[in-house]
Amino acid sequence: MNRNPSTDETRFQQHLKKLQKEKRSIMIWQLIIFTSFFSLWEISSRLRWVDPLLFSSPTKIGDLLLAKITDGSIFMHMRVTLLETVAGFLLGTVLGILLAATLWWFPKLSKIIDPYLVILNAMPKVALGPIIIVALGPGYFSIIAMGAIISVIITTIVVYSAFQGVDRNYVKVLRSFGANRFQIFKEAILPASFPTIISTFKVNVGLSWVGVIVGEFLVSQKGLGYLIIYGFQVFDFTLVLASLMIIAIFAAIMYQLVERLERKLIRG
Amino acid sequence: MTFLSLNHVTHQYFSKQGFTKAIEDVSLSIEEGQFVSFLGPSGCGKTTLLSIIAGLLTPTEGTVTIQRQPSSNTNIGYMLQQDYLFPWKTIQENVLLGPHIQGNITEMKKEKAIQILEEIGLASVVKSYPSQLSGGMRQRAALARTLMTDPKLLLLDEPFSALDYQTKLKLENLVSQMLKQYGKTSLLVTHDIGEAIAMSDTVYVLKARPGRIAKTFQVPDHLRTLTPFEARQHADFNDLFQTIWKELDQLESESIN
Repeated sequence: MNRNPSTDETRFQQHLKKLQKEKRSIMIWQLIIFTSFFSLWEISSRLRWVDPLLFSSPTKIGDLLLAKITDGSIFMHMRVTLLETVAGFLLGTVLGILLAATLWWFPKLSKIIDPYLVILNAMPKVALGPIIIVALGPGYFSIIAMGAIISVIITTIVVYSAFQGVDRNYVKVLRSFGANRFQIFKEAILPASFPTIISTFKVNVGLSWVGVIVGEFLVSQKGLGYLIIYGFQVFDFTLVLASLMIIAIFAAIMYQLVERLERKLIRG
Repeated sequence: MTFLSLNHVTHQYFSKQGFTKAIEDVSLSIEEGQFVSFLGPSGCGKTTLLSIIAGLLTPTEGTVTIQRQPSSNTNIGYMLQQDYLFPWKTIQENVLLGPHIQGNITEMKKEKAIQILEEIGLASVVKSYPSQLSGGMRQRAALARTLMTDPKLLLLDEPFSALDYQTKLKLENLVSQMLKQYGKTSLLVTHDIGEAIAMSDTVYVLKARPGRIAKTFQVPDHLRTLTPFEARQHADFNDLFQTIWKELDQLESESIN
């Protein structure tokens, strides 16, 4: 059929080149947006198109970050917030999945508490902040609890509905081999729901940052949320924006880690 | 000796709107090693019947016994319309699912799995995932999974209906040969008249709403000894096909009136 295999090969090479070119062009555009955003910000701040007191400028933020990194004071805040967020994320996600499993195990229970779940989900969880702080004391525990509570109910609801959506015929296959309820859960229900569970991970990464930062707003003496609220109180918006930058970078890293986990867990 | 017997089995489904009778007063008995088919239109309660025989569903009335035991105590193999291989398990892990669930994976079982996969022509894809296989290969892997636990009774719920015609004919031959070789009693549900005749010893024609046995056809001995593919070529195959066709046609017009 292929009278001239070298042309096929060249066509394939051309195709590869085209893909590479496309990839490069996307990266170039991303770089253009990045640099023009920051240069525009810098220029408009220097030329006073915007209020430099309010919007600061990239160089001021950079200087501040550099100073805080050299004297080492920023690391303590970073560590505290990161630990709280990771703990809140893990706690909220794991608790949510466990709750979903419990609901799956006891179908009657899930029918009974359904309206309560709906209400809890609709309620703004950060409004519970003051109660949590009084109950658990102003410290790590309250902030971790804030990071967890914000994601636990939505995780429960989403994961439980994924459990319910698993094709009944997989269960039928397992039951024909005499599987018990736990085996059905372990062999079919849970692995079939992995894609949904991973996507709740992605949502929860963002949610735990919200919970923890709000928690730090309310109570803390340390952490990036504290730096933001402190910067706001002393009208140091360079500090506010610098903290925000760090949060954005950390959140992006966490998201990347979850994506890597996704590729590992979901094959094919 | 009677292997499987159904005594006046009736089953209803209940909903808020009321109830529907899926099957009504079905009685039959099947000898060991026989291959029987249930042939009928949709809504004749075929899947309900199989679920009851498998012990996955308790009938509202009547009893099912396998060798005088309640059916839930017996090892039954179930093949479904689609393969329902677990996409996150390799073919080997899928085939070993039965022993895995029953907690007795041994070296012997692993060898047996490999042997069955070889017989069935899947030796080269043992470590592959189901998504890498064609529909026919997947259904063959599902057959291997079913045979692994050495079921006494095999329930086949339209296992060939989702396949293309050529694959279906090939698989009919393979399944029929494997089941004869392993001496299994089998029960096939289908809406394909040709398939029912080509594969079975006895064909039960069901009528719909509620499902009950309308008529029983014995497949002549000389057709039974042929492979399904050869049987389809035989002159007598067509005669039986016509007879059953008319029967089904009549049932349909009766149910409309």
